[in-house]
Amino acid sequence: MSPPDTIGIGAPIPRHDGRAKVTGAATYAGEEVPAGTLHAVLVPATIAAGRIVSIDTTAAARIPGVVRVLVAGDFPALKPAPVPPVAGSFVPLQDDRVRYEGQPVAVVLAESLEAAEAAAPLVRASYNRADPAIPSHAADVRPKAGHEGNGYAFAELDTAVGDFEQGWTAARARVDQRYRTPSRHHNPMEPSATLAEWRSGGAELYVHDATQWTYGVRYGLAAMLDLPPGQIHVRCPYTGGGFGSKGYVWPHQILAVLAAKVAGRPVKLVLGRAGMYTGAGFQPAVEQRLRLAAAADGRLTAVAHETSSLSSVSEDYVEFAAAATRTLYASPAVHTQTRIRHANVGTPTAMRAPHEGPGMFALESAMDELAWELRMDPLALRLANYARTDPTDGRPFSSKKLREAYEEGARRFGWAKRPLEPRQLSDGRARVGWGMASCIMSTFRFAATARATFGVDGTVTLAAGCQEIGTGAYTVLPQVAADVLGIPPERIRLMLGDTSLPETGGTFGSSTTLSVGSAIKDAAERLRAKLEELTPDRQGWAAALADRGWKEISADGVWKPHGDVAFDATGGSSGYSMHTFGAVFVEVAVDEALGLVRLRRAVGGYSAGRIVNPRTAHSQMVGGIVWGYGQAVLEHSPMDERYGRYLSKNLSGVMLPVNADIPSAIDVFFVDEYDPHASAIGAKGVGELGATGVAAAITNAVWHATGKRIRRLPIQIGDLVG
Amino acid sequence: MTQIIPTSTTTLRFERLVDTRVTINDRAMTLRLEARVSLLDLLRERLGLTGTKKGCNEGACGACTVLVDGERVNACLTLAASCDGQHVTTVEGLASPGGALHPVQQAFIDHDAFQCGYCTAGQVVSAVACVAEGHATDEATVREWMSGNICRCAAYPQITAAVLDAANRMAREPSAPGATKRSVDHA
Amino acid sequence: MRDFAYARAQQLDDTLGSTGSATILAGGTELLNWLRLGIAEPEQVLDIGGLDTLRGVRRDANAIVIGALTTLNEVGENPIVVSAAPALAQACLKAASAQIRNRATLGGNVLQKTRCSYFRAEEPLPWPCNKRVPGSGCSARHGHHERHAILGWTDACVAVQPSDPVVALACLDAVAEVADWEGRRSIPMVEFHLTPEESDTLAETRLRPGELITGFRIPLSALARRSTYVKVRERESYEYAFVSAAAALELSSGTVREARVALGSVALKPWRLTAAEGALVGQPFSAERARQAVGTAMAAARPLGETDVKVTVATNAAVWALELAAAVV
Repeated sequence: MSPPDTIGIGAPIPRHDGRAKVTGAATYAGEEVPAGTLHAVLVPATIAAGRIVSIDTTAAARIPGVVRVLVAGDFPALKPAPVPPVAGSFVPLQDDRVRYEGQPVAVVLAESLEAAEAAAPLVRASYNRADPAIPSHAADVRPKAGHEGNGYAFAELDTAVGDFEQGWTAARARVDQRYRTPSRHHNPMEPSATLAEWRSGGAELYVHDATQWTYGVRYGLAAMLDLPPGQIHVRCPYTGGGFGSKGYVWPHQILAVLAAKVAGRPVKLVLGRAGMYTGAGFQPAVEQRLRLAAAADGRLTAVAHETSSLSSVSEDYVEFAAAATRTLYASPAVHTQTRIRHANVGTPTAMRAPHEGPGMFALESAMDELAWELRMDPLALRLANYARTDPTDGRPFSSKKLREAYEEGARRFGWAKRPLEPRQLSDGRARVGWGMASCIMSTFRFAATARATFGVDGTVTLAAGCQEIGTGAYTVLPQVAADVLGIPPERIRLMLGDTSLPETGGTFGSSTTLSVGSAIKDAAERLRAKLEELTPDRQGWAAALADRGWKEISADGVWKPHGDVAFDATGGSSGYSMHTFGAVFVEVAVDEALGLVRLRRAVGGYSAGRIVNPRTAHSQMVGGIVWGYGQAVLEHSPMDERYGRYLSKNLSGVMLPVNADIPSAIDVFFVDEYDPHASAIGAKGVGELGATGVAAAITNAVWHATGKRIRRLPIQIGDLVG
Repeated sequence: MTQIIPTSTTTLRFERLVDTRVTINDRAMTLRLEARVSLLDLLRERLGLTGTKKGCNEGACGACTVLVDGERVNACLTLAASCDGQHVTTVEGLASPGGALHPVQQAFIDHDAFQCGYCTAGQVVSAVACVAEGHATDEATVREWMSGNICRCAAYPQITAAVLDAANRMAREPSAPGATKRSVDHA
Repeated sequence: MRDFAYARAQQLDDTLGSTGSATILAGGTELLNWLRLGIAEPEQVLDIGGLDTLRGVRRDANAIVIGALTTLNEVGENPIVVSAAPALAQACLKAASAQIRNRATLGGNVLQKTRCSYFRAEEPLPWPCNKRVPGSGCSARHGHHERHAILGWTDACVAVQPSDPVVALACLDAVAEVADWEGRRSIPMVEFHLTPEESDTLAETRLRPGELITGFRIPLSALARRSTYVKVRERESYEYAFVSAAAALELSSGTVREARVALGSVALKPWRLTAAEGALVGQPFSAERARQAVGTAMAAARPLGETDVKVTVATNAAVWALELAAAVV
């Protein structure tokens, strides 16, 4: 099936919101403040487990400008809420329990930010300290799933196809290794922030929130506050990055809302950087065991992937790190197992790229190790195990052009010249190495609605309650309507980020373009039908409205995954296995004397359905590669387990990639592809795909440079020295 | 709350509320502020100039970059009171009054050098200074001298390209706005 | 941040009259974070940022003279410093970011405090730290200390001095010029900072209460002209050193006449490897001799268990710095 003719989709047009962003005119949460707004600062617990015995607020309350210091007894009791959209069932300040370091134990409200910040450290809590459950000592448990679980166990925990023992025993080469990825944090540049205002005598709640899901905030708050959802209005026209940390409803949102209620004034609560470490989730550490067995020709005979990820004591957050292994390579036996470990830490959450992100480090490292065992080229090994149908469920893929991504990527990179043996390349005092990995991401799909309105001035306004988090929604989604209506995208405007607009799923899981784009296509088609009833001539539509004295004409659209469900991953009941794919090739330089690794160049090729805007999609993939670099070389959030506290809750003690880390030689391309099943517009997701596989490609390149195999991330100086 | 300390020549007046004369985006103003108010919180919380962003409040991200007397600094690490007698330029002050974008702003759009936009004001202001300082000479130099601005969306190659492109455009059109020279000479 | 009273110094004498009671604000890039974290809680802050007499670089008959308020970018890009003391220029430009270097002053940088994560924690402190709460203990001693000291530490504190410029200043035999109401004196930069071994009270420098750094003198020499700075860090820029090394050589027909090597981020002060310096003098320079000399000197290192790798990398960084110095044209 070939894509239809286009004046919108496929055009690399610049961002509609570009001017607003480069001039500072784009307003983020908490930047429009009503008169009388109080500033809120949270007081964090200094212990990881126990109970609050007492809280002395005297000194804090004495600071000029402080209006209230709220402690547990000051907040109304909440109803239980669904998890998700609420990130966890445990809500701080409902009782005296402390379940993680950094948990809010009081809220300071003041007339100025300075006063609130000065008072917060003066709030003194005394605790009855308990021994915390420590991450490194925690035992693996099977997470609650199905009707007894929560929304986090959205896939099968364990899968088993074929006879593993038989395939393992019969093999010519085997790899049996353990791999570790650390806990690390999203650290979007915009910290979470909530401005809460009760109007109409407390009947209506208005929230300007830094979120990836305005509707999730509405439903989460409605359930906890026992209010009709329609009385809660959530707005977020721009989200300053999220990467998962703003996907769900976290304690600060509910505390800001409650504080505004108690104080009878609007409250602005900016979580701040330290707060982002315990109150907005993180990617949990994952321990993985991977076993691969292959015949002499490289064909896999058995695959087993067992994973265990960290969660909080109150929630069963599940990192499906074996997700990729279920699908990526053909093998007669593929077994996966998913477990979690509970400890006194804040609740983890999805982070770019969840599941496949940590998991692909293990799978693609093990594939590289297997290739060396077989003295085979790593790309040839992958091609030898190319899956034509999903190896776990047998379904055909909705679309897959990974072979083309491998071949074109290898050509662009010059992979054919790669020496098979390690330690063959150098440049001055640096060892140079080449590594590659596959990329794969599940296709998350959400039900979506949208509205399209044609105005008498000839412009089109689209409306959908999704978010702009940097992926280009303001630009990309109008391109879909442009094709349907034959109207250039610059005359089409999108309104988003508001619960007054048609409902969509959250802007996460690389789902918005395909889901909301499909709903917009439906709305635009219905609008076109209405307009064509007036006159079949597109040029006459505006005049036709004017003749009738109409200002505008609207149509609503809807799109749902197969079976009319609200959400699915990997194809749901469609009969197809839905994923995006790719291949990434990197060159690194390693200074073995100083223990340093640097990225020199990268090529990424992707099979990800139809690309609506190659320009914004290109930026997404470059970003993904940088995220993978950070995962491999820089990022982790070590904890002092004696205190259950992250060593650093800031950006000075935690490394994220900077410009100097990233060469301009990052070559990204998309295979020409149209997925007729995943959405109504041929598209799938791109944002998370690019962050998968990269870390393994880098450690594989480090091995090629040095002969040193890295199985624990991030790479440490000590791993490379000597 | 004023405490006076006599010295041999003059008298220092230590005050909790400090008068500060500062020009922000060509608007002169006199402000009476608590001494502890940072330039960043002055801009965002009191003057409504929210284009300048707060990412870390400790000088570790660069989202709050502004120009003080033409030099880029972190507004979170600068007391408002320390800006007495100085000129502050924020992202809101870069485009011409008629709305024409600064060449750096245009280059950021042209190269898709941002995504979520939250670091963008800091990146753009930093880039304006980077060009004016003469550090927009080649890719490696730009990457190093733009490393004080973290972009978590990771638009780094596009940012580097935008800075080099803007420098070229400004070299061709020396009258372009914002080409401030460094205020300190190295005599 | 606690409320405080603020004054702007108009001239140096004002300043010296109140340095005993007020906390000095120069660039502010360190002090504002101390105030936010509760590391400093002054009643009075004296802003000396406007004291232009303390700003600038000049050259006199036998030294480069740098005012304490000269910013790191001004030092790092100053043609005199670049040509006559390249290690210092490189160290300044490898510190922090372009923005911070526009405000951070050389005098302030020398006084920056450790980056130990236990020390830099937000209030209320969740763990012991002798530098924050004297007598409470050192959490890093038996905690995470892979970036901590390998020299000069005691059980009371295992932190390191993070400054880049101090390593170059110590390497180049610079002296700090300090003044107070009583008068002026000089402190050699190799002696300026104190390790826990040298101070039971964990005093960080030899500055007396009320003393202010007014500037630095870096002796002009063939040695200083042939100097380099190597900074080892996982992140390519805008990151503190895992370790760093400054080296300077005076060569005559390939033979070492004078040598200096200093390590950074290995102790609470820049650490001169005087034994290695002595071993190099009088010998033709070679990487192998450098490795031997540095390796012998590093036998004095006392790694904290996990910091063995730091000894290796510090050794390699010092050797590399010497090699680069030897190659300076």
